[in-house]
Amino acid sequence: MGNISYEFPVEKDDFERAGEASSKIKKILRQLGMDSGIIRRVAIGAYEAEMNLVIHSLGGTIRIDIDPKSIIITAEDKGPGIHDINLAMKEGYSTATEKIREMGFGAGMGLPNMKRCSDIFEIQSIVGKGTKIVMKMNLKDGD
Amino acid sequence: MKIREIRDVLNADVLWGEDLLDREVSYAFGSDLMSDVLAFVKTGTILLTGLVNSQVVRTAEMADVTAILFVRGKVPDEEVIQLAKENSIAILTTKYTLFTTSGILYNYGLRGIEADNI
Repeated sequence: MGNISYEFPVEKDDFERAGEASSKIKKILRQLGMDSGIIRRVAIGAYEAEMNLVIHSLGGTIRIDIDPKSIIITAEDKGPGIHDINLAMKEGYSTATEKIREMGFGAGMGLPNMKRCSDIFEIQSIVGKGTKIVMKMNLKDGD
Repeated sequence: MKIREIRDVLNADVLWGEDLLDREVSYAFGSDLMSDVLAFVKTGTILLTGLVNSQVVRTAEMADVTAILFVRGKVPDEEVIQLAKENSIAILTTKYTLFTTSGILYNYGLRGIEADNI
């Protein structure tokens, strides 16, 4: 299998289409005949990242890079950036509004979930500029 | 437990997925918090929830949830049902509340996701 990459734009506040990028990513991995366990991990990580872009960012992109050894999901946005990453990583901490919570999100589990799904999880954020999240999932024989 | 049995014991209506009623589930997970569903759910699970927006189906899709059961008589919009259809996820609705639904299913042998698996 050669290297494959796709990038999907994600609009802020677009709750209608939220999840479409992750759904496409999941279908791509399924078409590649990958193992359901790794597909599930990637899909969950991508979906949490996508929801974060819709809920918290000014818009951004979700990218998937597949090579023979790993799958990398990169979520990058145009701002507003995270003030305190350690606090944002804490389970249960959220800045989401009541409206978001009514939709079943904003429980403060998004970033911890992304970390849990990844073998390597990196987050960089600059207030006023944006946030970049990289999730790397290593592929084993049989994936 | 088969989806068909779950439908019967809860007097539930099948909103979509009559063909999927012979699928087996090993666990039930009741929550209105979708991130908790994404964090804790394993394959072979029926999701019990009172939330009826499209993100419930998206969450179920990502987490490989077998079926969604809406409690408290909730019925989602047609577009939400359509999304479940596209993803082959059976969806049902029961008039029972979440607690009563859980109790009935537990009584019939269905179990939750154990804490040591979380």
